[in-house]
Amino acid sequence: MSLLEIKNLHVTVGGQEILKGIDLTVNAGEVHSIMGPNGSGKSTLAQVLARRDAYTVTEGSITLDGKDLLAMKPEEAACEGVFLAFQYPVEIPGIGNTYFLRSALNAQRKHRGLDEMDAMDFLPLFREKLRLLEMDDKLMNRSLNEGFSGGEKKRNEILQMAVLEPRLAILDETDSGLDIDALRIVANGVNSLRSPDRAMVVVTHYQRLLNYIVPDFVHVLVDGRIVLSGGKELALELEEKGYAWTEAETVGVRA
Amino acid sequence: MATAVQTADRSGTSPHNELQSWLEAFTDAEREAPGRALPWLRHLRENAFARFCEAGFPTTRDEDWRFTNVSGIARTAFRAAGVAKIAKADAAPWIVEGAAARLVFVNGRFARNLSALKSLPQGVTVASLREQIEKHPETLEKHLARYADTRRDPFVALNTAFLSDGAYVHVARGVVVEAPIFLLYLSTQENAPTMTHPRNLIVAENESQVTVVEDYVSVGAPAHPFRDETADKGGAPIFSNAVTELVAGENTVAQHYLIEREHLKAYNVSTLRIEQGRSANVGSHSLLLGGGLVRNNVHPVLAGEGGECLINGLFLGTGRQHLDNYMHVEHAAPHCGSRQFYNGILDGHTHGVFHGRIVVHKAAQKTDAKQTNRNLLLSDDAQIDTKPQLEIYADDVKCTHGATIGQIEENALFYLQSRGISEAEARKLLLMAFAEECVERMHAGAAREHVEQLIREHLLFMESVPQIATGTVTERNWTEQG
Ligand SMILES: Nc1ncnc2c1ncn2[C@@H]1O[C@H](COP(=O)(O)OP(=O)(O)OP(=O)(O)O)[C@@H](O)[C@H]1O
Ligand SMILES: [Mg+2]
Repeated sequence: MSLLEIKNLHVTVGGQEILKGIDLTVNAGEVHSIMGPNGSGKSTLAQVLARRDAYTVTEGSITLDGKDLLAMKPEEAACEGVFLAFQYPVEIPGIGNTYFLRSALNAQRKHRGLDEMDAMDFLPLFREKLRLLEMDDKLMNRSLNEGFSGGEKKRNEILQMAVLEPRLAILDETDSGLDIDALRIVANGVNSLRSPDRAMVVVTHYQRLLNYIVPDFVHVLVDGRIVLSGGKELALELEEKGYAWTEAETVGVRA
Repeated sequence: MATAVQTADRSGTSPHNELQSWLEAFTDAEREAPGRALPWLRHLRENAFARFCEAGFPTTRDEDWRFTNVSGIARTAFRAAGVAKIAKADAAPWIVEGAAARLVFVNGRFARNLSALKSLPQGVTVASLREQIEKHPETLEKHLARYADTRRDPFVALNTAFLSDGAYVHVARGVVVEAPIFLLYLSTQENAPTMTHPRNLIVAENESQVTVVEDYVSVGAPAHPFRDETADKGGAPIFSNAVTELVAGENTVAQHYLIEREHLKAYNVSTLRIEQGRSANVGSHSLLLGGGLVRNNVHPVLAGEGGECLINGLFLGTGRQHLDNYMHVEHAAPHCGSRQFYNGILDGHTHGVFHGRIVVHKAAQKTDAKQTNRNLLLSDDAQIDTKPQLEIYADDVKCTHGATIGQIEENALFYLQSRGISEAEARKLLLMAFAEECVERMHAGAAREHVEQLIREHLLFMESVPQIATGTVTERNWTEQG
């Protein structure tokens, strides 16, 4: 059984069809990259996987380890192992970073029948992950993402991912706006989480990230459809030639 | 009297019977009032009553009462609440630990058996106003009713006419009272409509420091007496009309808390009149949780140079509550700062009001006045009227105001949920975060802890009411109003 199976997924937002029949299978241990022009539906796909209900699925199915993902609420999907690193992480004044992350972890642990972690148990784990992402723990005393720079927000997403250890990680343009040092740190964090029983879907505009997080498969999403799939070389080709030529190609996997 | 009848006539109720009823109540009250032999006090009451008769209750045609209809009060024949005794055990749930002193009032009368007046530092007097009038009236004449203006507000006139008991707090020059002084006002369930007119005088002499908490509670009802409106049907309405004068001398630090958590059949009108001396630093913190119709008046006058005033408040409405906050900040001296921050969370069919009036007198150059009112509406039927009113007669001043009306941010809610936190928990976290903005402005200590605890419990309660489990949310979250 595949970890993630998307079949003929059609999604509308505000009455407009954005995804027009997506098929995608992701197995445990794999890293898939999704590339495509602005507005092609990459974030829409990511948000549907995280179960945002502003997006309406009109046709198709998604299963996670054989379970019907579309029947889950966002918190249920998270507890089943879905993690979305947001393209635009939300600032939430008044909720502390550390408190939030421990609450999230405990909600997930509870779901899995594990004991909740108190602040004392949580701290060593948290410290370790902070080091991994080279983050200043002063930042963590602040409210969730409040006043964080763009790069700090993205790093905070990966920090959360490292603590929550999801089964399926979806990274939505986590590389955008990062300088090369931050990119290396983020990629390093992501790579440390690569494992045979975890899968990743990496949405990006730039081949640059894929030098660090090397994907097993690259898919090109244009106007709500996957028009082309291939290996990591496809990313290089896209970088050179842009997306226009892909639409002329036949849909399918190229050797 | 002729004018009185005419004025009352405009309200459209039956003026004659109404006045007759008030006159009887006043005559009864006067017979029992403390200090009847003191001419100044007698005149005070009589003039106030005459003033009330002249003005009558305000109507919504009155600009200051545009959003709040008090005809329910005007129509009801309230009588002075009877004497009731409450056993210590029955009052226990409402008693807060960590107080420097505690005065408890049952139906407006001082209850010695429930109060605690030991262990006060030297130079601090805490007494029932009735006793103070009877034993040391000379201590009162200078301040009592010198600030709260009976001509400005008929409710103040009514309170002054019925002035008989309440709290008297006096802190001598240079004395610091660390722990808060708690004033607890308990009302019992009666079969007929009853009223109380608590009157408080707090005098902080120069360079002193004091914190006073007023807590209004209905007893004989569950912790959330307004939870079940049908269970409430048995009891009669109550009307609590309190006036507090807080005199903050030069260089004082004074904090005042108002907590309203009466049941849904309560009409609660509270007026806090603050008089600030030079370099006085005063904070007013209001927490409105209960009451069917609440009018919260806060009126500081910054009368000395370099004064600072914080006017902080949180109002949480459910069901059909009407919560009206009327701020009237008067800058009368130069170099003073005032900051108003009011946050409202409104659910069900509640109606919230924030009226923020700032008056900067000619002499008050270099005034820095700020006003912010933020509101979260949790249901389509909840309503907020927010109105800034700036009257500036000085030329070198800084005044800013802003109001926002929004809903729980769908973005934020989804973000929390996407990490595994349940929707209910996520909503609670977001509401608490919004409420915490007010808590954070309070000084650390027993008063703040008490308030924070009440907010937590109340938000849990609000989230448990089915009508609000989920609401429709829009993408656009905050709408700038002003
Ligand atoms: N909430 C929404 N309401 C209306 N339209 C939306 C909404 N969210 C997305 N869309 C539209 O759906 C289309 C796809 O958007 P999406 O964010 O998925 O694109 P994307 O591929 O992630 O683009 P980018 O590379 O710019 O991030 C766009 O045309 C966008 O305007
Ligand atoms: Mg996107």
